[in-house]
Amino acid sequence: MSDQTTLGQGPLSKTTLYILLSLGSILMLLPFLWMIISSFMTNHELLSINPRVFWPSTFQWNNYYRAMQVAPFGRYFFNSFVVAILGTIGELITTILAAYAFSRMKFWGRDILFAILLATMMVPNEILIIPNFITIANLGWVDRFEALIVPWLASVFSIFLLRQFFLGIPIQLSYAAKVDGCSDFKFLWYVMVPLAKPALITITLLTTISSWNAFLWPLIVTNITEMRTVPVGLAMFRGEAGSQYDLLMAATVLAVLPMFVLYLIMQKYIVAAASRSGLKG
Amino acid sequence: MNIQLQNLTMAFNNNPPTLKGINTTIKDGQLASLLGPSGCGKSTTLMLLAGLYKPTEGKILFGDKDVTNKEAEHRGIGMVFQNYALYPHLSVLKNIMFPLKMKKVPKAEAIERATKMAKLTQIDHLLDRKPGQLSGGQQQRVAIARALVKEPELLLLDEPLSNLDARLRLEMREEIRRIQLEVGITTIFVTHDQEEALSISDKVILMNDGEIIQEASPLDIYKTPNSIFSATFIGSPPINMIKDGDKILGIRPENLKPTAEANSKFSGTVTYRETIGRDTLIKVKCGENTLNALLETGDIVNFGDTVHLTAEKENIYNFDASTGRRV
Repeated sequence: MSDQTTLGQGPLSKTTLYILLSLGSILMLLPFLWMIISSFMTNHELLSINPRVFWPSTFQWNNYYRAMQVAPFGRYFFNSFVVAILGTIGELITTILAAYAFSRMKFWGRDILFAILLATMMVPNEILIIPNFITIANLGWVDRFEALIVPWLASVFSIFLLRQFFLGIPIQLSYAAKVDGCSDFKFLWYVMVPLAKPALITITLLTTISSWNAFLWPLIVTNITEMRTVPVGLAMFRGEAGSQYDLLMAATVLAVLPMFVLYLIMQKYIVAAASRSGLKG
Repeated sequence: MNIQLQNLTMAFNNNPPTLKGINTTIKDGQLASLLGPSGCGKSTTLMLLAGLYKPTEGKILFGDKDVTNKEAEHRGIGMVFQNYALYPHLSVLKNIMFPLKMKKVPKAEAIERATKMAKLTQIDHLLDRKPGQLSGGQQQRVAIARALVKEPELLLLDEPLSNLDARLRLEMREEIRRIQLEVGITTIFVTHDQEEALSISDKVILMNDGEIIQEASPLDIYKTPNSIFSATFIGSPPINMIKDGDKILGIRPENLKPTAEANSKFSGTVTYRETIGRDTLIKVKCGENTLNALLETGDIVNFGDTVHLTAEKENIYNFDASTGRRV
């Protein structure tokens, strides 16, 4: 007999588990809920001494329209979309090519090069910001899309993730593909990439989300309003609009929305990928 | 297309060579098997033929063309792998069509040719399935169809039957031979199973330790082994090897027959007896040797009996004890 107790065993511990999980999700959801509710209130309601925390007296849909008017959020969204989409596509391309080279091609110094690449992961991003900024400034890229996109076109973490996935694909498949008339590139495109779909979806999600949420770098390399991304725009708006929390909340809801939609679309792939990984390759 | 190997040598990263300069020719339309224990170099030879490895020395000729330095994708061969190596994300039809897609064959023609191949390998009812939904035997057939669809001049099979269960193995063995004869393609078949090699091939190339020991038709290699290795590797139950001075005598179990005459060399008591279907195998302890003999129906011998065994002179092979060669 084992004296181990497993979570979820028996009705009592199951109840405990659900209570804990519910508390956790309430803790996670409450700020979001508050944000959404607040975005529909008037600033007066928000700041009153007896705030109507849970429901606005009337839904101020107008807040969203006004928020878009007081700052060029349309432009911010456009910038953020351009940066996120081009950055993600670019990163996927470099990641696929590099991961293939590091997992399947034989060239001199490959493993040492990969080790060096991995070592760069130990360097905190904050240290890189100054040299990166100097480079960008020397290239004359300040206040240009290049500055927002190019430095993030390759990610060591993504390369590492995909390389490990590629290594798990049996070598016989590459032999078979060669015999069937594939060059390295065709094999990569027709066999490896479709097989690595779960890993590629993970990379796409992580890259898009971090690009969308990036704050410090866009803040440093953009000075003019037209080049701000959504997070920078929001921060500036907070400074410029002072205490207009209703508009700030409305703008924030809009900023979160695209990632929320992206997650909804990708969710089924994420679940599918997780369940598939349990089966034998 | 005749296949020629000339002084083919392969050493991996300065290790002692896995393949020590082998020479052989496989004639157009033949099915040749490369037979040998694991590590004998048979799979290496196949990978060299496919162009997936590059030899350290020597030449490979397809017809009169030297293909030694040609990449695998340009050699135009078909190959079936031990684990089939089907593309898991593609349907059966798309798997078979894949080599044609790489050759940019128009889609309609590719579908037609793939379907024809699927009919030949009897999987035309499975075209929409994914490889994961197929049994081992079915996957095997898909792999063969994929290998043959571009109508290569050479088909390579790397231990294609070793992942199948015994009954399926027999069935697929016949299937491979049937398809090979129907298409008339030169085929090289790697196996470590002597029975498989003997049953399916036109020519058996027996290898050991990176060298070719003997190459002959299945019947010849069985009846006239040129060495102790050849004699002992081929045949089941294994050949009896009896030390006799500086010679070793080899007698196949089916050639040892009970006789009424007392014979001092091959007399002893039966220590084991088993009947499998129509065959009865006995083990007879004769001095320091234990001999296997396969009895014919009608010979009644029981456990513990004393028997005298004899063999025709032509069925006794003499080997030199020091060189291991036939004398």
